[in-house]
Amino acid sequence: MVAFTLNGEAKTLDVDPDMPLLWALRDVIGLTGTKFGCGMAQCGACTVHIDGTATRSCQTSVSDIEGASITTIEGVSGKVGETVQAVWAEMDVPQCGYCQSGQIMSATALLAETPKPTDDDIDSAMSGNLCRCATYHRIRAAIHEAAHRLEA
Amino acid sequence: MLQFRMKKEAVQTTRRQFLIGTAAAAGLAVGYRLLATEPALAQSAPAAAAANPFQAYVEVTPDNKIIIHSSQFEMGQGSYFGIATLVMEELDGDWAQVDVIGGAGNTALYGNLAWGGAMQGTGGSTSMTSSWERYRKAGAAARTMLVAAAAKTWNVPAGEITVAGGVVSHGTDKRASFGELAQAAAALPVPEVVELKPREKWTQIGSDSLKRYDSHGKTNGTQTYTIDLKMDGLVTAVMIHPPKFGAEVESFDAAKAKALDGIVDVVQTPRGIAVVGTNMWTAMKGRDLVEVKWNEAKAENRGTAEIMAEYNKAADGPGAATARNDGDAAGALASAAKVVEGHYEFPYLVHASIEPLNAVARVNEDGTIDVWGGHQMPDIYQAAAAQVGGTTPDKVKLHVMKTGGSFGRRAVADADLIVEAVATAKALGPGKPVKVQWTRENDMRGGRYRPAYVHAIKAGLDKDGKIVALQDHIVGQSIMNGSPFAAMMKDGIDPTSVEGASNLPYAIPNMKIELTTSDVNIPVLWWRSVGSTHTAYVMETFIDELAAAANRDPVEFRLSMLENHPRHAAVLKLAAEKAEWDKPLPEGRFRGVALHESFSTFVAEVVEITYKGGSDFTVDRVVCAVDCGTAINPDQIRAQMEGGIGFGLGAILQEELTLTGGVVDQENYDTYTPLRIDQMPRIEVHIVPSTEPPTGVGEPGVPPIGPAVGNALRAATGKTIRKLPLIKNLSA
Repeated sequence: MVAFTLNGEAKTLDVDPDMPLLWALRDVIGLTGTKFGCGMAQCGACTVHIDGTATRSCQTSVSDIEGASITTIEGVSGKVGETVQAVWAEMDVPQCGYCQSGQIMSATALLAETPKPTDDDIDSAMSGNLCRCATYHRIRAAIHEAAHRLEA
Repeated sequence: MLQFRMKKEAVQTTRRQFLIGTAAAAGLAVGYRLLATEPALAQSAPAAAAANPFQAYVEVTPDNKIIIHSSQFEMGQGSYFGIATLVMEELDGDWAQVDVIGGAGNTALYGNLAWGGAMQGTGGSTSMTSSWERYRKAGAAARTMLVAAAAKTWNVPAGEITVAGGVVSHGTDKRASFGELAQAAAALPVPEVVELKPREKWTQIGSDSLKRYDSHGKTNGTQTYTIDLKMDGLVTAVMIHPPKFGAEVESFDAAKAKALDGIVDVVQTPRGIAVVGTNMWTAMKGRDLVEVKWNEAKAENRGTAEIMAEYNKAADGPGAATARNDGDAAGALASAAKVVEGHYEFPYLVHASIEPLNAVARVNEDGTIDVWGGHQMPDIYQAAAAQVGGTTPDKVKLHVMKTGGSFGRRAVADADLIVEAVATAKALGPGKPVKVQWTRENDMRGGRYRPAYVHAIKAGLDKDGKIVALQDHIVGQSIMNGSPFAAMMKDGIDPTSVEGASNLPYAIPNMKIELTTSDVNIPVLWWRSVGSTHTAYVMETFIDELAAAANRDPVEFRLSMLENHPRHAAVLKLAAEKAEWDKPLPEGRFRGVALHESFSTFVAEVVEITYKGGSDFTVDRVVCAVDCGTAINPDQIRAQMEGGIGFGLGAILQEELTLTGGVVDQENYDTYTPLRIDQMPRIEVHIVPSTEPPTGVGEPGVPPIGPAVGNALRAATGKTIRKLPLIKNLSA
């Protein structure tokens, strides 16, 4: 039995301790906003925040999350997260949208730490998140726009 | 994706349509029915449409929603938004009311009009071409009926009624929502002829400020993809596929897997083994415990090194078929002042959508079958599901899901995923839904690749530097051969192997394009922009090299051969102008240009690179000009050009699928490497204003980026890289 906080609420899980957090979230808890893309931390579609840090949930075992605070795309809140989501929609960043949960989790973690990121900061923070539709051009623009709005 | 070139008369015949009303039980639904003079199609037309809202285009529900049933599949490219824009232009609804769902199972309603209407499907960037009149008329008919209902209810002349923002009103005192009028409107006759708004009255089509209605669900995790489906009793199947294409299951031992807690069953499917578990993780653990013995008697054992060597050899010989033959290319080459020649090599490529392939199927107690998935070719999938399930197509209900990409991979003639899902569901028994979920490794090793190709090309210049002859011999697998699409082949030519070369627009008096189709048992498929993925690279880098050989400017050289192709010339000029082609660049920076038409859309791209020596370079900037006729959603045209450029750039720089001894070498994104954000250039897109009918944008942004980068590299290094991908072969 593992106890942790999920999107602000206390939670316990009684599953195979080796089960990746990704599958526990999706198949056991039923939060499907976090996506499966590769299963080996290569694509970033499964990105969640663990104690505020953007983390690949496909490479995090349930046994590793005891006492941790986990935020998934469904739990994004606060000024940074909500600004990022709003800008993402306003600028029509998503195409198929499948990777965008992971993109948004990485982008919010970046902006929480680096309020005014440069292009290089963005490239470095976001290069673990693949987008096969290649919406990168707008992701970059949206992060700058979110930073600009958050500064105001 | 595929491009069908159906006969023109077929298209015209199908457009002889009239509107019918489909008074759905609760609300207004508008559909078309084909004239009875087309018996084959009319047979499946909605005689019973009244009872089935899935047979309509536009539903207005009593709770005031506008539900649009799309014939075209949504995989990220924005077809649902485009179609909704066409409906909303004529309907004058409120975007907050709108939802779009995928229609399927009725060819007469949803047949792709760009293909003659004979089959439903999404490909060849045809969605807007097919939908342009169909969905505007549907919106206009629905509006006309809502107005008529209001006129009748209020006893006022229809001509005095206005519609705006989803509200129907008369004067200042009478107002009704669409929902309030829906039932009354449904009881009225459907207008046989509707008038469409003239261009100058458009407020939606061409609006630069109009945003996608479906972006929010993609920012908060609420959009449901096939992988996210939930239903009572749903189990997950993980697949074990043969290590080589063509191998088959000889025997398997699932005892250890079945002993694992949470494993529901282990069953054989036409292609391999399905390990069924209560969740994905359990199914994957079970998969690792299954022992399979494969029969490799019919397996493909060659690796890509052997295959490419065979292709290179074949390319030097005569072609098996000729796709274009103008003048006397061989003769003109023999007397040319200067001859340039070379072999180009293209690797297999994977679609590699981030949502790994999947489908959900359930065989019901009454023998009907439900299938949820990325139904890009619904008619074929319905038939395939029926065949595997042992029933008839009318007993198969398809649920069209939005998918995490496709790039062509969801349009498969043998319905591979659908067959696996239905076969697994059938083995589990009635009432047991199963989700077949491929892993990334299944997806990458699952076949259906962009075929590998070799081109042997040769061209001659006269003493004045004019191209007098061009000869290209293409060697590679056919996508259509052996599939139901083989009917589209003529004289041994698969049009998808030669498109982009056989229709080269440049005025060259002697031109021969030959094809030799190879026999290799590696499944291949259309991959975003299909034949143009390789032909554009060959033609546009070679033309550039010829310009250099003739000591001519690459833009001016192309324009001199485009007198009869004004739309090609216009996008080239626009891209060159916006990129300041004539302005010198700082040291270490180089430009390259390419021009290509695919699917009747014209695109020119100018790139700027920084070259640092060896294989070290960055693509910094891309200026793109596109002519896709009438621009329906300008911002989505830009989005598709941006995405197409990124997709094409990754492939040309660094994507390559190889096989050794018949086994695919790559398994995941660590070794098969799509573009990442740190490689994405700045992109500007310029849309040519046009009143021509709309053409597609999903694919045409892809082809020019490769040759534009190749040409910039030649400007930097003096040599054309003829073997792809670029980075690896630049250092070689």
